[in-house]
Amino acid sequence: MTIAAQRNSPRVTGLTQRSELAMIDEKALIMSGFGINSEMETKEVLARAGMDADIVHINDLIAGRKSLSEYRLLVFPGGFSYGDDTGAGNAYANRVRNNLWVDLLEFLDGDNLVLGICNGFQILANLGLVPAFDKHYARDIALMPNRGGRLECRFVSLKPAADNLWTKGIERLYCPVAHGEGNLSCSADTLLRLKRQKMIAFTYCHDDLTPAYGEYPWNPNGSVEDIAGITSADGKVLGLMPHPERAMEFVNLYDWPLRKEEMRRKGLTVPTESMNMQLFRNAIGYFR
Amino acid sequence: MESCVHRIEVRYTTDPRLKMRTSRIRSLGFAVDELHLIDVYTLYTSTRDFSKTELADIGTQLVNPVVQKFLADTPTQIPFDYAIEVGFLPGVTDNVGATARQTIEDFFSLKFAEGEAVYTSQLFLVSGTLSPAELQKLAVTLANPLVNRVLIKTRTEYGNKGMDPVVPVVHLDELPTAETVNLDIEDMELARIGKEGIVDSLTGQRRGPLALDLAQMRAIRDNFAAQGRMPTDIEIESLAQTWSEHCKHTIFASAMDDDVPNGLYKTFIQAATNKIRAEKGDKDICVTVFTDNSGSIIFDDTYLVTHKVETHNSPSALDPFGGALTGIVGVNRDTIGFGLGAKPCINFYGYCVGDPDCDPALFRGKNKSTPILSPRQILDGVVRGVGVGGNCSGIPTPQGWCLFDNRYVGKPLVFAGTVGVMPLEHAGRKLYEKEAAPGDFIVVAGGRVGKDGIHGATFSSEALDHASPVTAVQIGDPITQKKLSDVIVNEARDQELYRSITDNGAGGISCSVAEMAKECNGCHVYLDKVPLKYHGMAPWEIWISESQERMTLAVPPEKLDSFMSLMQSRDVEATVIGKFSDSGKCVVEWHGKVVMEITLDFLHDGAPKKHLKTTYLKTTYPEPESFCPDRLDATMRSMLGRKNLCSKEFISIQYDHTVQGGHVLGPVQGAGRVQSLATLTKVVPGSKKGVGLSQGIFPSYSEIDSYLMAGAAIDTAIRGLIAIGVPLDTIAILDNFCWCSSDEPERLGQLKRAAQGCYDYAVQFGTPFISGKDSMYNDFSGFDAEDNPVKVSVPPTLLISSIGIHADVAKSVSMDAKIEGDLVYVIGETSEELGGSEYFALLGGIGNTIPKLDATLLKARYGRLTDALTHELVASAFPVSHGGLGTALAKVAIAGQLGMDITIPSAMRPDYYLFSESLGRFVVTVAPDHKRAFERCCGADAQLLGRVGGKNLRITSDKLLLDLPVTELTNAYKAPFRGY
Repeated sequence: MTIAAQRNSPRVTGLTQRSELAMIDEKALIMSGFGINSEMETKEVLARAGMDADIVHINDLIAGRKSLSEYRLLVFPGGFSYGDDTGAGNAYANRVRNNLWVDLLEFLDGDNLVLGICNGFQILANLGLVPAFDKHYARDIALMPNRGGRLECRFVSLKPAADNLWTKGIERLYCPVAHGEGNLSCSADTLLRLKRQKMIAFTYCHDDLTPAYGEYPWNPNGSVEDIAGITSADGKVLGLMPHPERAMEFVNLYDWPLRKEEMRRKGLTVPTESMNMQLFRNAIGYFR
Repeated sequence: MESCVHRIEVRYTTDPRLKMRTSRIRSLGFAVDELHLIDVYTLYTSTRDFSKTELADIGTQLVNPVVQKFLADTPTQIPFDYAIEVGFLPGVTDNVGATARQTIEDFFSLKFAEGEAVYTSQLFLVSGTLSPAELQKLAVTLANPLVNRVLIKTRTEYGNKGMDPVVPVVHLDELPTAETVNLDIEDMELARIGKEGIVDSLTGQRRGPLALDLAQMRAIRDNFAAQGRMPTDIEIESLAQTWSEHCKHTIFASAMDDDVPNGLYKTFIQAATNKIRAEKGDKDICVTVFTDNSGSIIFDDTYLVTHKVETHNSPSALDPFGGALTGIVGVNRDTIGFGLGAKPCINFYGYCVGDPDCDPALFRGKNKSTPILSPRQILDGVVRGVGVGGNCSGIPTPQGWCLFDNRYVGKPLVFAGTVGVMPLEHAGRKLYEKEAAPGDFIVVAGGRVGKDGIHGATFSSEALDHASPVTAVQIGDPITQKKLSDVIVNEARDQELYRSITDNGAGGISCSVAEMAKECNGCHVYLDKVPLKYHGMAPWEIWISESQERMTLAVPPEKLDSFMSLMQSRDVEATVIGKFSDSGKCVVEWHGKVVMEITLDFLHDGAPKKHLKTTYLKTTYPEPESFCPDRLDATMRSMLGRKNLCSKEFISIQYDHTVQGGHVLGPVQGAGRVQSLATLTKVVPGSKKGVGLSQGIFPSYSEIDSYLMAGAAIDTAIRGLIAIGVPLDTIAILDNFCWCSSDEPERLGQLKRAAQGCYDYAVQFGTPFISGKDSMYNDFSGFDAEDNPVKVSVPPTLLISSIGIHADVAKSVSMDAKIEGDLVYVIGETSEELGGSEYFALLGGIGNTIPKLDATLLKARYGRLTDALTHELVASAFPVSHGGLGTALAKVAIAGQLGMDITIPSAMRPDYYLFSESLGRFVVTVAPDHKRAFERCCGADAQLLGRVGGKNLRITSDKLLLDLPVTELTNAYKAPFRGY
């Protein structure tokens, strides 16, 4: 099953206004522990977009103190789980697979969403939650060390490469990458399937949305086909290397001081929110 | 059963880093065609073995099969010429090994028995033609002999068998005990024990420096003689730790000459803060100053922010990566250990190193033995260390700097700082206050204790020479600390599970427990309860070990069960090691026997007082002889390409500066990506406020006049924050003195003048000191290649770090020129002040006239600029600092990728005008519409220089001086560290 985006959803250009929509009843679970570190800002961004979240230590799920079944959105946030030992995201994925696999399969079979950002994407990839062709949870992609050989932190522009529930109404995201292993690699066959099934959600691009064509620094890590994020075959799982949650406000954007001056000279109102909020509104919109 | 060893080798089928790794090694001069890297896991078990199938399962868990392959008990066979395997020495923390072990335990639902482990190593397979000597040199580049073991094989030796499995198990004798030490000996021998350490009765070797002088040794002898007994080794070691320069700051605490009877710290640092706080009255911003692990100021009605800057110089000289890593995670613990636990929210760094292009042939020993590391190796290592520490811990590292001077070749300075955030109160409890109570359990949580870091505190109190202990190096494990930090700050603190907390840094538990014991007046420790990395450590070693990632807490008996089960549920090891008491004593037991019993009075205040004498001699340097060139294009290119002025963006971008989502003004700014001098970060979600950080440091002024040097550092630290819109009355500062040869009256004379400068300028600006640290012996003593003794001392270095609160970050300004047609102003006077300047250094001289400042005048000026910024009249602002107005203008243009047309006054020599380092100045750009309002606000301070526009930076006085495309300036600014 593929969840297609509404064809005629209005394109939101530039910066969105703060939503007045109420909080939804469904809750999100944000994984934590063992070096995951972006849980607080992830909780904050979800709250601003209209969804309450619990930050849950993986050990509390394993011990049964918390249950995945109480939640509708599962988020693996950014971080450095296990210090990237044995490969970024690998050790945390092993801990999930070795302890929580049955619960996770049940969650995936429900009408639920999963989001993995940065280290979270690396965990999803090692769990095989993306691409998950035909619900087959195998490791089909790898997020290898960056071409530059080390962690790199900088703002990147992202272009939606598919119409799906996550990308709806997004013209461009502009947010930081901060990873050492984000260089997406897969077999030619897998790449073809990702393209055919429109599973490439976001690609690195220039500020004017023209493709990065692998060129540094627009494509910061050497990812094949400039891929920054992909969905699962059923569209309900999104993995993304860059961090939209770290730039939820206008003043978080790298170029905000210049944009502010330009807007003021034109008599435009300077926004408070950034364009990156739309991604989270989309996820939450799925439950509305 | 017999012990079982299995070896799993992991490699990429197509290694994405191969090209970069090979080219980095080639750039260091090795004729290497390809440098492959294989990750090796060595499994060591004694209670069970793994079958072939099980090894295959383990291998699968350790790779991503899309891009990686593994081989179990089979050597990797690819084309290569030499194999170099780099593993850890016994006892060195192996983080990856520990993770692999947990994965295996999870997968098979088993637990490794005591002594069983997974060890990791890296196997480099080298293609190329290298001589044996070159091969050795390559191995040294890939490994650090202090922490690594290296095995080299040729292709033939490697054959079909591959490398030999190595299990780096620590073998130590069983159950050592505390020994008594006879101090009833000749003064000379007494002094020798103080300098070189106690003689170990088993090995006959000295155990390493105590850094106790003869007077201190006599005081110890007399104290125990009065009790009619001999001290134990653990008692002497403990006193050495507590009395060390590193912990007690004896030089800053001692009486000096006739006019400073209370010592520099009380007279100039603490007194400045007290005076400022009294003068500010209701507007006092300080919460806790000097007494806790960090200093703190008010953020808003609900939150406070903390700041602390530490140095980790000696460890970084020996092991740059490990030293810098433990430096940053160590200062993170000063945040977690502030009050009842603040959350680390911003990291800060600063490096003083030698020119990475020079290779000083200096040695710690004679006959070219133990060469010092090259500045390039040190730079690479410390940059990586602080990066790994911050990145792995999820703490953004936006603000920092890097300064080059060849007087830092023997001992680099590595500054590491952390800002924390904490609510002032939780459920009616003031979180910035803490007090252990008699009867509370002493609990140590976090990592285990090993031999790493023994004598760290005493060794950093001595000059670095051939006797520097190798175990003084610690290896950090940021993830262990992250787990500990999360459970403390996010859970245990607000569940009120403990009454007091402090970090284990220098001196380990000997210092942390004894320090907390002051809160309740006593402690009783059962040292055999302390969890160890391996058996066989002597009690004195356990007591003073500086193994990382540990906090000490005071847990009330009724909270112990909740505390311990919470720790267990978060995979954090916590152990009760004793009880706090009110006995007035620090008592330590080892397997039922008391091995230490010292009164807290003697432990903390028993060190004999010193009275230091200083002299001050003004040095005069020849003024550089030069004439001003007709055109300054070439000069400007050279200035922008100077290592102290050019872009070190390669550091900024490998440090995550966006985690926690508070990025506002980052380490590089504008379309042209220029490194800023101040950064701004939101630390409380939903608040409009932000935390600004900046710094000032002018070691090149120190030898000319350390008093004005201190003034320059304070003004620059403050001005960086003023430029982004942080008002003066919210700013606090921190002092870090890194001096040299502090046993010489001349150096102490410079120190006294610098401290006097700190007092005067801090009081005039009204910016309180909230925390500080000093490191007094940054000297290297060794030999050159001909065995001539060489001493290299750092220039007296004072880092002033500033922290301030921005009221509304949306009104902050970045440094880049923004819109064509904007007006360019300089705020502040330029005088001919080029002594110690980057320009004089370019000309090959030093000079004598360093910048003076009138803080009262500047205070009024900064207030006016703050008004202009608050009213949003300014489009960009950038402080004029190292390199003067000329380089500041160029950087503003580069950042905006916009040209400028500038006219400068013709009264002064134009090169002097452009490159003088006069203080108190800013370059600002202003929209033409705001011209009148801005000029009304800033008054005569603001001088209009020209306009933003075009593609070139043009500077004219009575003639055209400079006309350079911004693209060319950009290239000059970015070229020196391209490829790093």
